[in-house]
Amino acid sequence: MKLIAVIDYGMGNLHSVAKAVEHVAEHARVEITRDANTILEADRVILPGVGAIRDCMGELCRLGLNQTVYKAIEQGQPLLGICVGMQILLSHSEENGGVDCLNQLHGKVKRFDEHMKNSQEQQLKVPHMGWNQVQQIQREDEVHPLWHNIEDQSRFYFVHSYYAEMENPADVIGRCDYGIGFDAVLARKNLAAVQFHPEKSHDAGLQLLKNFLQWDGQA
Amino acid sequence: MGLAKRIIPCLDVENGRVVKGVNFVDIRDAGDPVEVARRYNAEGADEITFLDITASHEDRDTTAEMVERIASEVFIPLTVGGGIRKLEDIRKMLNAGADKVGINTAAVFNPDFVREAAERFGSQCIVVAIDAKQVEPNADGSSRWEIFTHGGRKPTGLDAIEWAKKMVDYGAGEILLTSMDRDGTKNGFDLKLTRAISDAVNVPVIASGGVGTLQHLVDGAKEGRADAVLAASIFHFQQHTIGEAKQVMADAGLEMRL
Repeated sequence: MKLIAVIDYGMGNLHSVAKAVEHVAEHARVEITRDANTILEADRVILPGVGAIRDCMGELCRLGLNQTVYKAIEQGQPLLGICVGMQILLSHSEENGGVDCLNQLHGKVKRFDEHMKNSQEQQLKVPHMGWNQVQQIQREDEVHPLWHNIEDQSRFYFVHSYYAEMENPADVIGRCDYGIGFDAVLARKNLAAVQFHPEKSHDAGLQLLKNFLQWDGQA
Repeated sequence: MGLAKRIIPCLDVENGRVVKGVNFVDIRDAGDPVEVARRYNAEGADEITFLDITASHEDRDTTAEMVERIASEVFIPLTVGGGIRKLEDIRKMLNAGADKVGINTAAVFNPDFVREAAERFGSQCIVVAIDAKQVEPNADGSSRWEIFTHGGRKPTGLDAIEWAKKMVDYGAGEILLTSMDRDGTKNGFDLKLTRAISDAVNVPVIASGGVGTLQHLVDGAKEGRADAVLAASIFHFQQHTIGEAKQVMADAGLEMRL
């Protein structure tokens, strides 16, 4: 039986993620855990996250789970970061006056400008909250396995005030637009990460989770 | 292209049961909340809000159980409002699978509660519910609305626009705005109020109170500039499906998730 580890470092609604994964994973065991051995033995690892990045990084490091994440990535375990769990994988975030992150994907986390306007000259609210379209980016004419059976420009549920800006375009497989274009879905080797909440994104989100469970981390 | 306006059906919940009719004769018990949530989810609801009208503390556990059952099969954002007074109440609902909680009366009596809640759980899950009523205009003749508690019966002397701004400063991630003048009338949202609040704060505003037709939803988003529209009875009694509502809004040129 496949083991799916949802890393529990005390931040965010892990139950939502676990329930959505359970819903799409047949014959799998989903564990919400902070035990390094369990995480390192898992077939898939999910790093969720909600809240402020300094608290998230702080708790992750305090529990020694940053080391576990490094090791899981090094071992080639397919790992999915969600929302702040995605941002944590980047190099640095502007939030909370500047926080260094795990640097597993090279990029920065920046804050949406408070004075962005839409095409009708209305002010755009921050947080970016709600259902927005994601443009799928092909790499070398290949669609990433995470996009299997998901239509291009499908809508996903976002809630965030900070966004990712990647150094290497090859790490980006999905982009979104909110006043500014930003990198919404990232992938490199066995690492994948999404800014939106697949566990709250209805059919498209569930399909993406399903794709992650079926992906061998070789893309 | 871009962020969609949201349609949010709202359900009244008492002791873990939905108590406003969903095409049932006996409107005191509209049956299984999971079934209702499932139907709205299938029709394309962008979110679901539960208003917990449970009286006692013990019964609140029943509501939490209900949220838990719904959260294990409905994968869109869920908000629970009503009776949220302590950090422990928030934790209970979030652990059960709610994504956001609505704070109303407790914010009026203790604004710092909003600050503490946002610090502990993050602004993204703190919705401050504002019940406002139009009162005598300002000296310069401009419209004025005041915050009321206890279902619109008790005035507080707080100006609604100022209050909304303050709540956002304190960490509210979203405002659920109900016009007490319009609630239950089916005459449409108070568009002036909605627009005034939406323009005054830089977080999303959900318009509520008064929806009787699908055009009202369009007006709330267009003229009221609401980011989301909330309605109860037009969906409960299957007068309209959420899918129809979304199509009407999309046809009016609004960005929708269809």
